[in-house]
Amino acid sequence: MKNNSNPNSKTMKNYIVPLLVFTFGLQIYAQEFPADSLDNIDLEEVIIITQVGDKQLKESKILGSLDNYLEKSTAVNMIKRGAYAWEPMLQGMSSERSVVTLDGMRIYSACTDKMDPVTSYVEITNFSKANIVSGSSGSEHGGSIAGSIDLIRRKASFNDSGWGGSVFTGFESVNKQKIIGTDVNYSGSRFFSNLDFTYRDADNYKAGGNEEILYSQFTKYNLSAIAGVKLTDKQSLEASLIYDHATDVGYPALPMDVSTAKAIIGSVQYNYKDLNDYFNFWETKLYYNKITHVMDDSQRPDVPIRMDMPGWSSTYGFYSKLRGDYNKHRFGITLSGHLNNSLAEMTMYPNNPNEAAMYMMTWPDVNTLYGGLFLEDQISLNAHLKLDLSAGIALHHNGIESEFGWQSLQVFYPDLKAEKNRTIKNMSVQLSFHHQQWLFGLGMDYGERAPSVSEAYGFYLFNSYDAYDYVGNPYLDNEKSIGFFLSAQFKAGKFKAKWQGNYFHIYDYIIGKPDGNLLPMTIGANGIKVYEALNFAQIFNTDLDLEYGFLPDWIFSGRVSYRYGEDNESNRLPLMQPLIYRLGLKFNKNKWTAEAEIEGSSKNNRYSAEFGETPKDAYLIANMAFSKKFSLGSQHLNVKIGIENLLDENYTTFSDWNNIPRPGRNLFLNLVYQW
Amino acid sequence: MKIYQYILLFTTALFIACADDNDPNPQPQDETHDLILTKTLSNATHQIAIFTQTGIFHDGYNKMYLQLKDNNGSFINNADLSWEPMMHMENMHHGGPHSQISRVSGKQTLYEGWIVFQMPGNAMESWYIDFNYEVEGQNYGMESPIDVQPSPKRVVSVFQGNDGVNYILAMIEPTAPKVAVNDMSAAIFKMGEMHDFPVVNGYQLKIDPRMPGMDNHGSPNNVDLTQGSDGFYHGKLSLTMTGYWKINLMLQNQNGEILKGEPVTDDNESSSIFFEIEF
Repeated sequence: MKNNSNPNSKTMKNYIVPLLVFTFGLQIYAQEFPADSLDNIDLEEVIIITQVGDKQLKESKILGSLDNYLEKSTAVNMIKRGAYAWEPMLQGMSSERSVVTLDGMRIYSACTDKMDPVTSYVEITNFSKANIVSGSSGSEHGGSIAGSIDLIRRKASFNDSGWGGSVFTGFESVNKQKIIGTDVNYSGSRFFSNLDFTYRDADNYKAGGNEEILYSQFTKYNLSAIAGVKLTDKQSLEASLIYDHATDVGYPALPMDVSTAKAIIGSVQYNYKDLNDYFNFWETKLYYNKITHVMDDSQRPDVPIRMDMPGWSSTYGFYSKLRGDYNKHRFGITLSGHLNNSLAEMTMYPNNPNEAAMYMMTWPDVNTLYGGLFLEDQISLNAHLKLDLSAGIALHHNGIESEFGWQSLQVFYPDLKAEKNRTIKNMSVQLSFHHQQWLFGLGMDYGERAPSVSEAYGFYLFNSYDAYDYVGNPYLDNEKSIGFFLSAQFKAGKFKAKWQGNYFHIYDYIIGKPDGNLLPMTIGANGIKVYEALNFAQIFNTDLDLEYGFLPDWIFSGRVSYRYGEDNESNRLPLMQPLIYRLGLKFNKNKWTAEAEIEGSSKNNRYSAEFGETPKDAYLIANMAFSKKFSLGSQHLNVKIGIENLLDENYTTFSDWNNIPRPGRNLFLNLVYQW
Repeated sequence: MKIYQYILLFTTALFIACADDNDPNPQPQDETHDLILTKTLSNATHQIAIFTQTGIFHDGYNKMYLQLKDNNGSFINNADLSWEPMMHMENMHHGGPHSQISRVSGKQTLYEGWIVFQMPGNAMESWYIDFNYEVEGQNYGMESPIDVQPSPKRVVSVFQGNDGVNYILAMIEPTAPKVAVNDMSAAIFKMGEMHDFPVVNGYQLKIDPRMPGMDNHGSPNNVDLTQGSDGFYHGKLSLTMTGYWKINLMLQNQNGEILKGEPVTDDNESSSIFFEIEF
């Protein structure tokens, strides 16, 4: 086995210690301080999830799912296995390389087939915005290479504005999706509370040309509550609970569906603001979440063998973060830790009823114990120059809790020990230079991430895209990446342009590679792939965003983005976005808005045949939407109607698992009544 | 004076108590407490009790534990026991492979041995065990039919190799299979005369475990069985999940020639010789 000791780690640790006095992280700065003439956001992007009932109706569908909102970011692509629970990819990298948190809480998925990304267990009504940070500066809550997505909880405040709320309903024609929900909130002077409920129910959707995509239905309930109480002028306590339950969820790209996916997410938070001259706030949270995910193939008429595949994930955790100011420094310190247990199993029922059922553990009851320290500092070197620094170190421990599971993996690794320890390190440096109408950014980072539960401990996990059974490799080293970031923004009057590019050089890149000596398990599989580490892989992302208010009420927007990835042998990496562009026109006046947009992609010839990908044609689709807000005193009714995929194109993209077609023409209606 | 009397009384009592511990029947029940009484045989003077893990005799390898008692119920722990399994069929009779009977080390009353029944008994044909034993210079014997049931899953295989020799293969371990790499052992005999079943030496038993209910998928890291110092054949059986497994076999002689059995391929689903496990 390769010696993993990094000769630079010791020097890095020496480097971290003197950098103790740090400043605000970028994400907080964006909201709290007077805006510069330019958005000071380079590596970080904030997506506002339109407050149901909000004044600005920026997004095409107010009642779109959280996945629809996240997809608006240039940094995010969605891998779609159906109409539900899309897997967010950050900077062209799949979910193992990024960290998604709900208000700082870590959650681990419970499905070995990636049917349940963390974002599938919540609703838009639970959150107000998503902070997306690219690169290892997003490692506040866990080591990541691509970055992080933190969904910020929606909550009322202590501003004593009294009661408010909304009732909303929506409909989408392409899958007869019915959406209904409500949100009620109270803001007192010493107490606040929010309660919201959302229900969605959809049938199968139709792709272009009236092609019904079977097994794409879903039903979902979400109930959440949060309350806060002021203890003193500066101190407050909050408690939050989210309960999310999806049933009868279909995944047309996969051989199985989901009968139940349930999550309970709870937390208690203590806030202390303006502690003293240096510390602005101190936030400490304790949390617990539990996910139950049950895969089910009873809806599929023709399966080689019937099987039950349930999975469970539970996480206990905490974080404590301190933010402050000192001279030209805005600093932040975050201490976080969590304990996760992930277990998944598979029971297959032979066609001969007299034969015993076949049982195995696909995730062998793995515990992950994590404790990390993350430091950030933003230093205003002068009026034009800012330096952002971040560094983090974490201890990561895995343990296989089940004897059965451990012995299963010992079939492949006879000397496997049940425990493994790692350290995860990261650091980043960014310089931003602001001169008149220009803002330039230059950054570099080093990040590491531990292999996921599947990559290290997976046991015969079937991937339906390449039809291989994947086996984990507990001896994998951390993936390590060096990233380079460049950006330029220009703003003049009503014209804004932003270009960014980044390059990641990833060492010990984890990917499954075929092992010809091993026989597959799943009926019809092509073989077995065992996770291994490639010497390196390279990923390059670039995008350009333009916005021009060419007339008082009109805005033209344009965006083009491109990704490229290859491994050390110049093989293409899978799931890489080709050239994608979007052009839009918006009209906004007197509570009316109208928008039209086209979205398309170039032909995708850059695909990974080893992963089962095939070339994709170019496509072009058109969307339009209209909205009007009616007001009667403090009560408002927002109506939005629109058509997506106006021309009813039947198309599929690089991120549609197993080439399932995307929805065809969709008429949608969103109604939000707010008081 | 009185003190000495008490001391004497005390030490005598202690001595008697200790003497009781030297009882010739020291907790005999404990020696078989995790075994099940499967058969008792008797003659005018003695009884033999046969114990097994499962409580039944079945075709294939059977490990047995024995106790010999006289009519007073006392255990006889130093007898010289030997046995012959014999199958009485309609027109002929034949024996089966078996071990010597020996004392179990560390136990007082137990003897042990094994018999491989190459087929089960049935309504017309039955197995017998014929015991001959010597106690203090005297020879005795007893014989009884026993009920040898068919195993629910195949654990023994009898065939003629392409060398013209008749072979018996019996699986010994695993008796409690797990999802893991299990220790596997088997016994290989050839049929000599009617009562003679010599152990075969220097062969190799190749194994290829498959699950027929799941498109015949196999498992990684199996180790073919080779002969150990105990005469039996030992290897590793890798089982990746519970359920029904067919362990396809190929018997190879010391020259590397396959005497029986075929490899499993896309066209050949199973070898002609195999064991089965279901758990």
